[in-house]
Amino acid sequence: MAAAVTARRHGLEVMLIDDQPGPGGQIWRSVEKAARRDDILGPSYVEGRAVAEAFRASGVIYLPGAQLWQIERGFRAFVSRDRLAQVVEAKAVILATGAQERPVPFPGWTLPGVLTVGAAQILLKNAGQIPTGSVWIAGSGPLPLLYLVQFLRAGGQIAGYLDTTPTGQWRAALRHLPRALRASGDLVKGLGWMAKLRTSKTPIIRGVIEIEALGDERIGSLRYRTRDDAIATVEANTLLVHEGVVPNLHAALSLDCAVAWNSAQDCYAPIVDSWGESSQVDLFIAGDGAGIAGAKAAQLRGELAALRVAVKLGYTSEQAVAAAAAPVRRRLHRELAVRPFLNALFKPRPQVFAPADETIVCRCEEITAGEIRALAAVGRPGPNQIKAATRAGMGPCQGRQCGYTVNRILGAAQNRPLSEVGFFHVRPPLKPVTIGELASLDQSATAGPKSEPHDRGVTVNQGQAE
Amino acid sequence: MFLKLHELGPGALTITIDGVSVLAEPGESVAAVLLRQAEPWSRLTPVTQSKRAPYCMMGVCFDCVAEVDGVASVRTCLKPVCDGMRVARPTGKRRIRALTD
Repeated sequence: MAAAVTARRHGLEVMLIDDQPGPGGQIWRSVEKAARRDDILGPSYVEGRAVAEAFRASGVIYLPGAQLWQIERGFRAFVSRDRLAQVVEAKAVILATGAQERPVPFPGWTLPGVLTVGAAQILLKNAGQIPTGSVWIAGSGPLPLLYLVQFLRAGGQIAGYLDTTPTGQWRAALRHLPRALRASGDLVKGLGWMAKLRTSKTPIIRGVIEIEALGDERIGSLRYRTRDDAIATVEANTLLVHEGVVPNLHAALSLDCAVAWNSAQDCYAPIVDSWGESSQVDLFIAGDGAGIAGAKAAQLRGELAALRVAVKLGYTSEQAVAAAAAPVRRRLHRELAVRPFLNALFKPRPQVFAPADETIVCRCEEITAGEIRALAAVGRPGPNQIKAATRAGMGPCQGRQCGYTVNRILGAAQNRPLSEVGFFHVRPPLKPVTIGELASLDQSATAGPKSEPHDRGVTVNQGQAE
Repeated sequence: MFLKLHELGPGALTITIDGVSVLAEPGESVAAVLLRQAEPWSRLTPVTQSKRAPYCMMGVCFDCVAEVDGVASVRTCLKPVCDGMRVARPTGKRRIRALTD
């Protein structure tokens, strides 16, 4: 949204293709409608309403509920909406695809009743609903703390929080603390959440290294193991899991944008310059899709990308944009100050990346870690050979849930660096597309003369708030 | 199971899940409604016919896909409800219907 509004301010024609049904991404999901939940969700959420309003008033051509299933250099985007497909042409593209929660495979993670913490928070934002019965949260990072606070404010009853943050990681994080103090607002917020949890008497079990969801057709109980080898089985009707977030990379990968392994965040991130331009000319990546930096940084990175697009398309001068960008860069620098601290404090436990053999890794095709390990030793296959041999990564999610786990299992089994193992080749369609939609594309192409290519910057938003 | 924090009120609308009428609220997603049901699942997998339910709620896991108003593989977490909407939960592999069907 920030990129689109900035580009509009410079006179560009802008279209925003949004996978979601309304503006706000995930951070501000349903922000235009959720007013009655403001007290529960807090001021950072409410701030999004004014941003969405400015976005609506900016004159952007907005396509909500639109599935981008192919994008080609040049640029041509293939988009389906309301069962019809269309081609959109643009001179520049800003991908603002945001983040997704890191897939956390463990035995039973496919059972109904197991959701991500982010999913539960979206249900609170979108539908005003919370889980009932024995509700457990397992994971690490700021989001479980934030959701816990919101859940308690909403009157929810929590059975317990299984904190999987490796104990002692605060020591490694400590050296990043002086820099993080520059973004002290975020730290104060985090300390506030922890204080709230202490006064609420939420049972917190620390040093949890393994979890397992048990049940037949849905979760009925869960088993966990701590670092001290304490094992317990407890009743559970809902288990919410979270182990950090990773960039949503599929659109960028399908365009062959260069990516690099980010060991501090345990994920790939696209290689971009200081404006967010990728290795592909005129293709920009803004927000968490360019590396995890949070919602505020995402807006600033969106502004920077839009400013650079405005220069490249001749709508403003280098000097004007350099002046406009300077304060944005200063704010971005401040926002990024807290990241090294958070990365070190909440680095995922090693078990996240080494699921037991019987664990389903590919949710779509139901391929286990054991099946992938058995093949890993035969001729040093890469992720794409594993995909061809097992179908892992070939289902509807296209590897969004198993890609990193396959990468990790191969890296460990073959003793290769993760950067060398690589990721699945991502090919169109990026989202399922029907034959009917493809047929509608042909009709629209032959129905009349195509409009001339025009100065249109496209923002693609599929994930978090930008 | 999930419960709403508030009553549905006079603006409530009706959708059907496998032919059974249930109440919903304008603006909420189909997946949110599925998660409030006594049987809160969204599909049977094609490989082992095991039950799945909405998992990520943001369109990246595809475990909430169902048939909505005759369209297959709709991510119900991104699909807002509307009055009279028909939701059919997939039960395993898709079959190609005969033309006479």
